[in-house]
Amino acid sequence: MNDTPTSAHPKIRIRDLRKSFGSKVVLDGLDLDIADGESVVVIGGSGTGKSVLLKCIIGLMEPDSGTIEIDGENVVGLPRSQREDFMRRFGMLFQGGALFDSLPVWENVAFGLMAAKHMDRSDARKVAIDKLAQVGLNEEVSTLSPSELSGGMQKRVSLARAIATDPEIIFFDEPTTGLDPIMADVINDLIVKCTRELGATGLSITHDMASARKIADRIAMLYQGRIIWAGPVADIDNSGNEYVDQFIHGRAEGPIQMAVRRG
Amino acid sequence: MNPLATIGRGFLAILATAGRISMFAATAVSHCVRPPFYPRLVLRQFLEIGYYSLPVVGLTTLFSGMVLALQSYTGFARFSAESAVATVVVLSMTRELSPVLAGLMVAGRVGAAIAAEIGTMRVTEQIDALTTLSTNPFKYLIVPRLIAATVSLPILVLIGDIIGVFGGYVVGVYKLEFNAATYIQSTVQYLERVDVISGLVKAAVFGFLVALMGCYHGFKSRGGAQGVGAATTNAVVTASIMILVANYVITELFFAE
Repeated sequence: MNDTPTSAHPKIRIRDLRKSFGSKVVLDGLDLDIADGESVVVIGGSGTGKSVLLKCIIGLMEPDSGTIEIDGENVVGLPRSQREDFMRRFGMLFQGGALFDSLPVWENVAFGLMAAKHMDRSDARKVAIDKLAQVGLNEEVSTLSPSELSGGMQKRVSLARAIATDPEIIFFDEPTTGLDPIMADVINDLIVKCTRELGATGLSITHDMASARKIADRIAMLYQGRIIWAGPVADIDNSGNEYVDQFIHGRAEGPIQMAVRRG
Repeated sequence: MNPLATIGRGFLAILATAGRISMFAATAVSHCVRPPFYPRLVLRQFLEIGYYSLPVVGLTTLFSGMVLALQSYTGFARFSAESAVATVVVLSMTRELSPVLAGLMVAGRVGAAIAAEIGTMRVTEQIDALTTLSTNPFKYLIVPRLIAATVSLPILVLIGDIIGVFGGYVVGVYKLEFNAATYIQSTVQYLERVDVISGLVKAAVFGFLVALMGCYHGFKSRGGAQGVGAATTNAVVTASIMILVANYVITELFFAE
C-alpha cells in the first residue's frame, strides 16, 4: 500500500481488518488511515466489501480480527455499551435513506437528538428545522411523512438526520445511488458543505466516480478485501495502477474480475 | 443418499432454530426490565394490537358461542341432557375457545403486521439506522410489542368470554327456547374461578408468542420483498402452531389430575 498517513494520530486507523462470511473472504487484512477533518472516499465494484467495511467501523458488524482505532482507542471487541458511546459521535447517511416511515420528517431528523442527547421534543424540533434549512428544505416539509417525498428530498432529509447531532465522523453509504445526475450533484455539494461546516471527518463509499471526485480529499480503492491504492484525489488519473484505471474509466476489459455474490 | 442423514439434518435445523428463538426471547425479555422505556410506543401498540383486534375477536367468539349452543343442544338432545348446554358453552368458551380463537385471529392479524413492519425496517436499513442513532432496536421496536401483546390479549379474551357466552345465551333463549333465568343460572352454577383464570393465562402466553414470532421473523428477514413475505408467512404459521402446542401444555398444567 502506497498510502502515507497524513498525521501521526489519525482520526480512524484500521489495521489488518478481516471479515469472512462462511468460506467467502470479504475483508482480507485491510489497512486504512483517515486524518482528522479529512474526507476519504473508498471506491470499488459492487460486492467488494465496501458496505462491510463501513458496518465494521460503525459497529453494526463485528470483524473477525484486526483493529479499528478511533482517536487512538481500539473499538473492536468493546462491550456493547461502550461501543454505543462511540456511535454517539458518528453520523450515517444510509444508501436508501433508511428514514423511519412511521415518523414525520422533523422527528426523523430530531431522533438522534432526543435519543442520544436527551433533548426535549420542542428544542429538538427547533434544531431539526434548522438542520433541514441547512440542506435546503423549508419548514413545511417537516410535518410530511418521508413516503410523501421524492428520492432526492429523502436523501436531503437523511443528510439532515446524519448531521443533526453534530457528529465528529460522518459515514456516507453510496450517497448518490438512485438519483439523477443533477440531484446527485446537489447532494454532493451538500455533503461537502455540511461536513466542512461541522469540521467533521468523512468516510464515504461509492462507485460513482463523479461523486467521489467531488467529495473526496483522498480516494482509496478496495479490491479483493484490501486497499490496493490510496492517494489524493488529484492523483487518481495518474495512479499508475491498472486496477484503478480500469475502474475510474469504467472499462469491462481489464484485470478486475467482477464478484458474483454480494459482499 | 442416506435417508437418516436427511432426517438428522432436519432435526438439527429445528433445534438450531429453537435455540435462536430462545436466545432472541431471552434478550427481548431482559430488555423489558432495563431502561430506557418508551411508554408512548407501548401505548401505540396497545391501540394497534389490543383495541383494533376487538371487532375480529368479538365476531369470532360471538359466532363460536352461538354455534356451540346449537351443536351441543342437538347432540345432547339424543340422551336428554339439554340442560347441560349453558354449562358446556361457558366452560368451552372460557377454558378453550376464547383464548385459542383469539390467539389465532391475533396471530393472523397482528403477527403478520409485526413481521411485515419490522421486516421492511430491516431490509430498508431502518433497524441499522436506529442503532446508529443510539437507540436499541430491541427496546424501541420489540419490547413495546411484546408488552402490549402479552397484556392486551387477556383483556381481549375476557371480553371474548363475555361475548361468547352471550352468543350462546341468544341462541339458547331465542332459538332453543330455554328459560332465560335458568340459562343464566346454569351458566354460573358450575363455573369456577380456575376456568376463567386458565383461559387468561393462556391468552397472555399466546399474546407473547404472537408478538415474539412476529418480531423474530421480521428482525431476521433478509433479501428484499421476498424475504419480508417469507417472514410474514413464517410468523403466522409458527405462532399458530406454538399457540396450539402451548394450549395443550397449559391445559395439562392446570387440569391434569
